[in-house]
Amino acid sequence: MKFPKAWPVLLLAAASFTCRGAVIQNMQAGDTIKYVSEFAEQNEHCFICHGQEKYQYANETLGTTVKDLMSTDRITRRKDFYASNHKSFACTDCHSPDYKTFPHPGELRMELKYNCLDCHGGDEKFSKFSFDEIDAEYRQSVHFKLEEDGFTCWRCHDPHTYRINIRNSENLRETIVYDNNICLNCHSDKNNLKLMSDKEDFNLLEKHEWLPNQASHFRSVRCIECHAKINDSILVAHQIVPKEEAVRGCNECHSKNSILMASLYKFKSKEQRRDGFFNGIILNESYVIGANRNEYLNIISLIIFALVFVVIGVHIFFRIIKK
Amino acid sequence: MYLYPVWVRLWHVLNAILVIILIITGISMQYTDRENSIFIMGFARAVKWHNVTAMILTFSYVLFVAGNILSGNGKYYRIERKNFFSDLVKQLRYYAWGMFKGEKHPFPATTERKFNPLQKVTYVLTMYVALPLVIISGLGLMFPETTINKIFGTSGLLLTDILHITMGFLISVFVIIHLYTCTLGARTFSLFRGIITGYHDPDEQ
Repeated sequence: MKFPKAWPVLLLAAASFTCRGAVIQNMQAGDTIKYVSEFAEQNEHCFICHGQEKYQYANETLGTTVKDLMSTDRITRRKDFYASNHKSFACTDCHSPDYKTFPHPGELRMELKYNCLDCHGGDEKFSKFSFDEIDAEYRQSVHFKLEEDGFTCWRCHDPHTYRINIRNSENLRETIVYDNNICLNCHSDKNNLKLMSDKEDFNLLEKHEWLPNQASHFRSVRCIECHAKINDSILVAHQIVPKEEAVRGCNECHSKNSILMASLYKFKSKEQRRDGFFNGIILNESYVIGANRNEYLNIISLIIFALVFVVIGVHIFFRIIKK
Repeated sequence: MYLYPVWVRLWHVLNAILVIILIITGISMQYTDRENSIFIMGFARAVKWHNVTAMILTFSYVLFVAGNILSGNGKYYRIERKNFFSDLVKQLRYYAWGMFKGEKHPFPATTERKFNPLQKVTYVLTMYVALPLVIISGLGLMFPETTINKIFGTSGLLLTDILHITMGFLISVFVIIHLYTCTLGARTFSLFRGIITGYHDPDEQ
């Protein structure tokens, strides 16, 4: 019976693949592809080797051309970089100018890497992103405990490719796929997971077997909806909670005061639709049973119930007095 | 007068129990909230009971339809076109006026006509319109991947849910009225006794 259990994986993978394809197509058709960095030529010195899996160089000592494979964590694709938040940067804005020398000097291995707050912390210009509060949340997160094993912001937000997502989302389904892929990058890839954790390999789908309509949930919400503690003052929750504290109650989302309005639909909730549906903004993208009940139908049903009982009451009254 | 064969009575009591459980669990789900405030019963338990009961109801409904076809019981649900509206008005007038004036029941139950015109219409609407719709829409909600994504730009799941809730509500209203009209026999509980024993007193109603 492996096949029926495997189909949500295939569905998720297909959705992920399709959406990624769509994102790439949009990027090629949209503004991103038109974006020309003023450092494009300069950056090309790096991309020529680090832009793909294979690179080659001339070994002047031997007088040969050497072809080799680039380590996967040293690859940044041009289209991803020039669509990212940091697309306007020169590589040497963050990395040492000494990298212009090839072969790279050995001491560059000791280069300290910036973290997010080195640039974004305490800066009024970035205050709307609440980096300092995000950092405070992250420090209470289960991920923070992995810092001694090398976990950093970059594990989820690769500075070479990360782009603002939910804030600019025009297609929530694609945003969900993008965000969930950040989690799945480790939590569905045992090799990546082993880099950070000694935990036994686990099957994500089996762990979520209790979740009804699993594939539909995975398509419609982000992992953090259930696995992160909501903070009203930041847009995207960063305090990943221990699995025992994850949301498991259906009614936390499928109710009139659904937590989705404080998480996935938080940014859009300010544009609340006014068409009689509770949490109507969700209806622009999806439909959440229980969260989108119609207030007019609620009122009409109560009126009809009341009328039925009034008519029965009057009937009983006349039955008694006419006895 | 023996009106209700054993299979009809067994189906009826099963159907009654299932519908009441579905209404109670349905209302519990409808009025739940994020804090899981308990309205009759907790959300998770309500969902589980609702789903299990609904599957049994679906099975019992299939048996009901098959039984009606095979045993000939279905003929009692046939609505006569002749004098349709005037017969309805006659029955309604009896409930609203005639019964208080001591008038005789315009359509007393017989072995040939178990139901009065108003019963026929409400039973047919409930059993052959509302129940199939609530079952189909319920299956659509239980297996949301089977529902149509968009219908004229509106979420198929939304329309399925509204249809399910509306039909569930109408069935609830029917149950309330049905229970009340069953007290309109010669004595308050004689019609209830009839559906348990199978015997209907010809003098009643």
